[in-house]
Amino acid sequence: MAAVGDLQFQEFDDAENLLAANRDATTISIGDPNEKPTNQRRSLGNWSRNADSDKTELLAGQRKSAAFWTFEYYQAFFDVDTYQVLDRIKGSVLPLPGKNFVRLYIRSNPDLYGPLWICTTLVFAIAISGNISNFLVHLGQPQYHYMPEFRKVTIAATAIYSYAWLVPLALWGFLMWRNSKVMNIVSYSFLEIVCVYGYSLFIYIPAAILWIIPIEWVRWITILVAMCLSGSVLVITFWPAVRDDHRRIAIATISAVLILHALLAVGCKAYFFDAPQIEVPGLSGSIASGNRTVTAVKTH
Amino acid sequence: MAEADEASKPLFAGLSDVSISEDIPVEGEITVPVGSPSHDDEYSTLDEPVKETILRDLKAVGKKFGHVMYPKKSTTLLRDWDLWGPLLLCVTLALMLQGGSADSKEDGGPQFAEVFVIIWFGSVIITLNSKLLGGTISFFQSLCVLGYCILPLTVAMIVCRLVLLGGTGTASFIVRFIVVVASFGWSTFASTAFLADSQSPNRKALVVYPVFLFYFVISWMILTFSPSHSDGATDTGP
Repeated sequence: MAAVGDLQFQEFDDAENLLAANRDATTISIGDPNEKPTNQRRSLGNWSRNADSDKTELLAGQRKSAAFWTFEYYQAFFDVDTYQVLDRIKGSVLPLPGKNFVRLYIRSNPDLYGPLWICTTLVFAIAISGNISNFLVHLGQPQYHYMPEFRKVTIAATAIYSYAWLVPLALWGFLMWRNSKVMNIVSYSFLEIVCVYGYSLFIYIPAAILWIIPIEWVRWITILVAMCLSGSVLVITFWPAVRDDHRRIAIATISAVLILHALLAVGCKAYFFDAPQIEVPGLSGSIASGNRTVTAVKTH
Repeated sequence: MAEADEASKPLFAGLSDVSISEDIPVEGEITVPVGSPSHDDEYSTLDEPVKETILRDLKAVGKKFGHVMYPKKSTTLLRDWDLWGPLLLCVTLALMLQGGSADSKEDGGPQFAEVFVIIWFGSVIITLNSKLLGGTISFFQSLCVLGYCILPLTVAMIVCRLVLLGGTGTASFIVRFIVVVASFGWSTFASTAFLADSQSPNRKALVVYPVFLFYFVISWMILTFSPSHSDGATDTGP
């Protein structure tokens, strides 16, 4: 071990290359590799866990080397810790102007855990809240027989899962097509778009719980607030991808994103949550439900 | 016995001086009359009466039920996993939950197949989720734990059914609500006691949350179970 300083410097280089080959480690860009290599070698392990170190992403192209039919391929999409998921949820709810959700939180580590479980929770939240709200709305009516309405879970699941997968697919295809025509600075991978959409649906979970309150204007205000928050996150994310395009196409894309987002919310509210009846419940409500029960008995 | 030993001691005391001369041939056969034990056991499990076979499996299932009801950190559930218990519980729960409302065929409670599919499909998804997040538990061990921890919810379903026999008013709803919430907490606590050790501490919450959601959905199905009426229903609550 002669020339200890030279050997240590060489070891530090090798360690950096080894770390770059290991897809699980996030490396940082070190300005002066000469100064204090031992300290940085020790603190690399700590820095890879620090979410605040927004340094270069050397491993962006080296992920997902396994074939798509192996288990390890899909394990790469679940490589997140609890605090990362919580940070991404927080980022989807609080839009910061100028801070892109994808660049700030996802940072070349798109995960499928968030979109999967947020969509599942949303399905059950909408179905259960709709059930409770219908029960509360029809509480005083003698003809109303409580039904769990289990079929609505499957309908909610179909609607939400297709929104969470097909809309990102369409948007990604559209962006790829425009990217071939107009040189864009920013382009997102399909999984990153799925990730953004999945996390942006999180705001609808507390909104669905608030929709239990059978007051119409409360529901509309909840929709507006939810739309503003998550819609602005979507706009901030996708504006850099389309702003170099023609003005009209850019605005059309952004407004399509927002309109689909709003359509999901309004559609769920209209289908799963009965409007509270403000007219006299004894007359019209009982006639309507009486007709329903009569036809149901007849079909038996 | 002790006196006989003491009496025989002077008799055999001289045995140590006896030596066998070399021209006496020592030959013969030394056969062990008892055959290899595993060989006999294999034949005996085939030959044993059916009652014993069933009782052995039932005892194993029953022992695991005991582990679930008093959850402490033990690896028995994980080591000797079996899927008999989850199947039994799932079928019982689905049988009791089916139908639920006879007013219309469309919007009633979940049917038998739906409950069955939800429980098994949900368990598979949670197990895959746990493995994808890097858990060290095996696939069937996780299915076994999740299935066995449905036991408190099945007990709650039986209690709810009995309470519903007495009427469907607000009091019965409050009783059922308390029972279902208690058993939901018990199920979740029991399954996390078994599953939590298999995951790194950074991701424990990520694994526990889907389990929480799964048992929450099952509890919701139990709580909203309303028995079918033959007459026109006039009750005002679930």
